[in-house]
Amino acid sequence: MKVELDEPKCVASGQCVVAAPDVFDQRDDDGVAILLEEHPGAELVDDVREAVAVCPAAAIRLVER
Amino acid sequence: MADVLTDTAPDTAAAVPEYPMQRDARCPLAPPPAVHGLRDGKPLSKVRIWNGSTPWLITRHADQRALLTDPRVSDDDLEPGFPYVNAHRAEIAPHTPRMITNTDAPEHTRLRRTVNAPFLVKRIEAMRAPVQKIVDELIDDMLAGPNPADLLTALALPVPSLVIAELLGVPYEDHDFFQRNSSIALDSAASPQEAREASGALAAYLDKLIGLKLENPGEGVLSEMAGRVNSGEMTRTEAVHMGVAMLIAGHETTATMISLGTLALLQNPGQLALVRDTDDPKVIAGAVDELLRYLTIVQTGVRRVAKEDIELGGVTIRAGEGMIFDLHAANWDPEAFPEADRLDITRSARQHQGFGYGPHQCLGQNLARLELQVVYGTLYRRIPTLRLAAPVEQLAFDRTGTTYGVACLPVAW
Repeated sequence: MKVELDEPKCVASGQCVVAAPDVFDQRDDDGVAILLEEHPGAELVDDVREAVAVCPAAAIRLVER
Repeated sequence: MADVLTDTAPDTAAAVPEYPMQRDARCPLAPPPAVHGLRDGKPLSKVRIWNGSTPWLITRHADQRALLTDPRVSDDDLEPGFPYVNAHRAEIAPHTPRMITNTDAPEHTRLRRTVNAPFLVKRIEAMRAPVQKIVDELIDDMLAGPNPADLLTALALPVPSLVIAELLGVPYEDHDFFQRNSSIALDSAASPQEAREASGALAAYLDKLIGLKLENPGEGVLSEMAGRVNSGEMTRTEAVHMGVAMLIAGHETTATMISLGTLALLQNPGQLALVRDTDDPKVIAGAVDELLRYLTIVQTGVRRVAKEDIELGGVTIRAGEGMIFDLHAANWDPEAFPEADRLDITRSARQHQGFGYGPHQCLGQNLARLELQVVYGTLYRRIPTLRLAAPVEQLAFDRTGTTYGVACLPVAW
């Protein structure tokens, strides 16, 4: 599983951090998402799917292989 | 009555329904019934608004998600064809500075990133203890005061006022001033003159405070914005307008969710028991999102305009045509939420659009969730005998304001 973050689209709502705190964080100065784990383990797949679903900017993609 | 009848619009107008639509007084918490008919019929339909124009009404959850993230859909209220909520909004649009509420990417992205920092998930989470203290003290006062009491004045209105004051760094003694002016500025029954005066008074006050913070930075968002003004990232005018917007956006909305959320739970005692008896913060968090979905208090619809032609479900939205996204319709869309008319705090409601959707989704949503989690997680546990002290039929619902709520919620215990 690979997570892609389209940073220019990010509006820093932080919803990914709420959904998947092990995979995402936010920059302190402007709240823009930080991808902590580009290849998260299978146990995090549900959290990442939720992050994709709740991102208001549609800035996160999950590439499953 | 006869005068009203003779003033009826010509028959050709009858085919296009008026918007906003009327709720059914017997189901005061449900969306207007006609909205379901539109959602479950044609994918998109047109409605007639106050100025006689006929924008598209978008009612389905999936369609709203697609369009509200589409770069051809504009939030710029100076674009021709923009479907203003009312005459006041139309009148002030050309005089309103460009800010996060009326710009598109990339300008919107730049502006939003200058105001996001206070709403970072971890910074909001750090406010949990202060918010809990505010709520505990207000409930102490409520229990020490008269019984029955009005939940709005005892708890629902002061909670967001005090929390926003804390967030912005506004002195508490100006609380009454804030509450009064933000209510008038939001009240669609207020004349454009009154609304302008109230917004002006708030702006002047915040400008003065930011001026003080420019020289003596302290705690809070106003100090941070003053720092960004000093570094040239934003202008002082932008900072003032953002401050006013945060205050207005976070006040009545949260107050309404506290009062109507309590009303909804009191009408659904089984659900209330689940909230009252749990120790699990996840249950409370789920209840908050479900109540945000079920109540969807923003009743004027999210307004946008097409910048280019957009095809959707065999329909073409032409460039220059307005769009209204009815959030309540989407949140009661059975395709997204089975048995959507049922309040069920155990359902997965996280994808509701109560905060809107797309890049303009509510800036304060993390703060709103925190406030509601603390209130719902505390009020019913501390006052387990809480009940309505007036029949629902006697409650005065505001059917015209931006948010749908009650002016007063008498409760006893």
